[in-house]
Formats: sequence, structure tokens, C-alpha cells
Amino acid sequence: MLPRFWRKIKYRYNLVGTKCENCGSIYYPPRNICPECRRKSRMVEVELGERGRVVTYTVIHDVPESSKLMKPYVVGIVELDSGARVTAQIVEDPERVEIGSRVRAVFRKYGEEGEDGIIYYGTKFVLDE
Amino acid sequence: MKRVAVIGAGMSRFGELWNMSFRDIVISAGLEALEDANLEGREIEAMYVGNMSAGRFIAQEHVSALIADYSGLASINIPAIRVEAGDASGGVALKEAYIAVASGIHDIVIAAGVEKVTDVGSSSEIMDSSIDKEWEAFNGATLAGLFAMMARLHMHEYGSSEEDLARISVKNHKNAVNNPKAQFRREITVESVLNSPYVAEPLKVLDSAPISDGAAVLILASEDVARKYTDTPVFLDAVVQSSDYLALQNRRDILEMRAVKTATRKALKLAGCSLDDVGVFELHDSFTIAEMLLYENVGIAERGKGHEAIREGVVELGGSNPVNPSGGLKACGHAVGATGIRQAVEIVYQLRGDAGKRQVDAETGMAVNIGGTGATAVTSVFRR
Repeated sequence: MLPRFWRKIKYRYNLVGTKCENCGSIYYPPRNICPECRRKSRMVEVELGERGRVVTYTVIHDVPESSKLMKPYVVGIVELDSGARVTAQIVEDPERVEIGSRVRAVFRKYGEEGEDGIIYYGTKFVLDE
Repeated sequence: MKRVAVIGAGMSRFGELWNMSFRDIVISAGLEALEDANLEGREIEAMYVGNMSAGRFIAQEHVSALIADYSGLASINIPAIRVEAGDASGGVALKEAYIAVASGIHDIVIAAGVEKVTDVGSSSEIMDSSIDKEWEAFNGATLAGLFAMMARLHMHEYGSSEEDLARISVKNHKNAVNNPKAQFRREITVESVLNSPYVAEPLKVLDSAPISDGAAVLILASEDVARKYTDTPVFLDAVVQSSDYLALQNRRDILEMRAVKTATRKALKLAGCSLDDVGVFELHDSFTIAEMLLYENVGIAERGKGHEAIREGVVELGGSNPVNPSGGLKACGHAVGATGIRQAVEIVYQLRGDAGKRQVDAETGMAVNIGGTGATAVTSVFRR
């Protein structure tokens, strides 16, 4: 069971991060404080865009109980064109995913708490062809 | 600052200890350490216990008091402190114990680590709680998956292979044959590793450390006090802890373990020696790729050449930089919160000449314990 407030995190469904106006660094998920500037940081929300490339990825075979119906699935670290990095599932045939593949964000289901329970949604990626 | 010595070391067997409770396991390690130091117990002034997740593994919190009680130290009312830092909990407990003695606040303290893991069915999901649950695990990553992403990138950038990783597992299993406390005392082959099922590609079951029950205990004393108990103390000349971004995605260089680099550089400086002086290493091999990346980030191998260290045999028992003579986490076992102390116990045995058939000739030893994918790192330097 996941903390209930996670469902209300808007950033989970929209690729919005924070930019530090002091140094220009972009972060996802959003942060209150820039780890480079700390007290000098000035954070503002910024749209990160939905396109990027695969930095690295894996195919998960030993999956958590909550994700067993998806087994095996691809997870990667995606670098968005804006520079922020996101860890997310890539919903494609593992054979088609490579380091450097162009991808774009989509809204998808991540899991559920039993048949009558809460459904979790979030951002996944598909190949951008 | 006082110089800190190890005057006693002990550990339980590592593995699936079905007939032993959490209490039994930690007591067996503690008694061995007390016997080794020839202490009654009433000389102990404080206890630091590394434990990652007793609350989820055995539904017991407040294990600091539990362990003080069952080890007979509640009757002398010493402070007992639980320390948590994922699978670096043991290493951080050692650091806290070291500071307590080095500062002069205490003269004799216990640094312990313990974990009872095999009583629950979902132990790998609990292990995954050392990564960022909200932004990594929610989105489908597992601890193995994140290490697998590092392995994939290393292979892509530097031409390492699944065979190279398999060789690390084979080496550690070979070393564990001569460790009576190890969980797996049998050799395996590169083929058997390559033929084992994928956990997260390119990592397989036999690239992964088991999750084990176990405990390990060190007794630390200030140098002057240590001389009363032993003529051959092993000195703990530095324990340094560092941190890094919790989520792998936030580290700009996915193959650089900055916490390891920082902790190791500072520890060598504090101990007043160089990496060339170190003759034996225990490096955190929760997955084979973790050991390979530690070769590079500790400095045994150059960046991008970790696989050459295993191909050329420099990290074998008879090589110039022997790594994991105990069998490492892979074959000795990974009792999570106990691991950092267990690594230190092995280095102490090695420097005292008590390591039997896996003995390496070394005057200085190093242990590196990491938490999760490297958000915590603890480097310790020991000298005889």
C-alpha cells in the first residue's frame, strides 16, 4: 500500500519540474531548494516538455507483486530535451528499446490496490517515431 | 582525537537461519566478540547497532533496547543506539562507534549489525525501500533494476560484458569456500551465472547477493585501554561516511559514485596512507556491477576499466588487490544492516592473520559499504 497523498502529486501526471533562476538548473521531481545554490536558489515551476532520449534502461523480470501482470517490463532513465531526467517505464517491446532511443511521454496506469482498490496512474514513455 | 583499536570481533553464521530468532543471531555474534576480546561485558560503555528494517522484516522496532536487554547490557544501563542507512547501516554504526571512542567520550563500545530477513515473503520489496520509493520504485524501478541500468550503460560505453560480471561472482564464490561462516560455500562457473535467469537485464540471479540472516560485532577501544586487552590490536584509523543524491536519475554521471570517491579519499587522508598501501579489500557487491563500479570509484581500476581488473585477476585472492576474500555479499551473504560490520570483521581477521585458507598477506585493509545505489557510502581503513 502506498502513501495516499502520492495520488495527488500533480507532477506524477504532468512533466512539470522546477528551474533555479539563480543557476539555471532544472529538476524533476520539483525541489524546494536548488542543491547547487541552496539558500540563494530561486525556484520556479517549469514545463519540461514530453520528448527526450533513453540514457539507460533495463528489462525487469523479478517484479514487485503489484506489477506482476506487466512482467517483464522495461524501465529506463529518460533525459528530456529540457535536461531533466525521469525514471519511468517504457511501454515497448524490449527488443526495440536502445540507449539513445527517442521517446515521448504518455499518461498510463502504474498499478492498483486489488480489484476494488485505488488505481495508480503516472507518466510512462513510448518510442517517438 | 584518540586512536581507536579493535579488541574483539565476532559474527554469526550468515544464511537462512530458520532455527534462530533475531535475538539469537545477534547474541551469537556478540558472545563471540566478547570472548575474542576477553571481556565480561560490564566494561562496555555504549552500543551502536546497524539495522535497516526490523520494523518490516520482523515487525519489531526499538531494537536498540531489545539488543541491549538480551545481550545483558540493560542491567548496566548503557546507551544503545540503532543506526539506519539502508544496507550501509552497519558501516554507519561503525562510524558512530568510532567517533564515540575517538572523541574520548567512551573507552570501550560495541559496533554491531544485525538483520533477520527470511521470515517474510516480500523481502525483496523491503530491500527496494533503500531506493527513492516515490520517484524510482513507484515508476517501476527496483534496486536490481537500477544497478542493471548502470551495468547496461557501462557495457555500452566501455565494452564490459555479462561474462566480466559473471567472473566477479565466480571469484567471490571461490573465496567463500574457505569461509566457515559463509552462506554459500561452493564454487560456481561463468556458465552457471550466465545461464541463471534474469532479475533485471543484464543482471541475473547469480549476479545478485542473496538476502540473508546474520549479525556481526566489533568491540572498539581507545588505544591505551586496548593495550590492556591485547598485544596485537588492529587499529581502525579512519571511518568516513558520505552521501549522494538518493535517486540515480539525479546523479549527472550514472557511473560515478561520488559518495564512494569522497569517503575513500578522505579516509585515506585521515589514515595517512595511499591506496597502494592497502593490501586487502572488502567491497560492497550487492550486485556484481556494484563491485565492478567500486573498483573504479575506489581507485583500484581507472574509470571504464573495472572489467579489466577482473579479467586480469588483480582482484583475485592471489592478485595485487584482493577483493572480498570472505566471499563478499554474493557468497558470504548479505544480511543488510549487518553487512558493513561483517566486512570490517573480515578485514580484522585478515590483518590479525586469522583468516585461515583465505588469508591474504596485508598490513592495511579497507572496507567499503554502500547503501542502495550509492546514496550512502562508508569507507573504513584498518591497520595492524
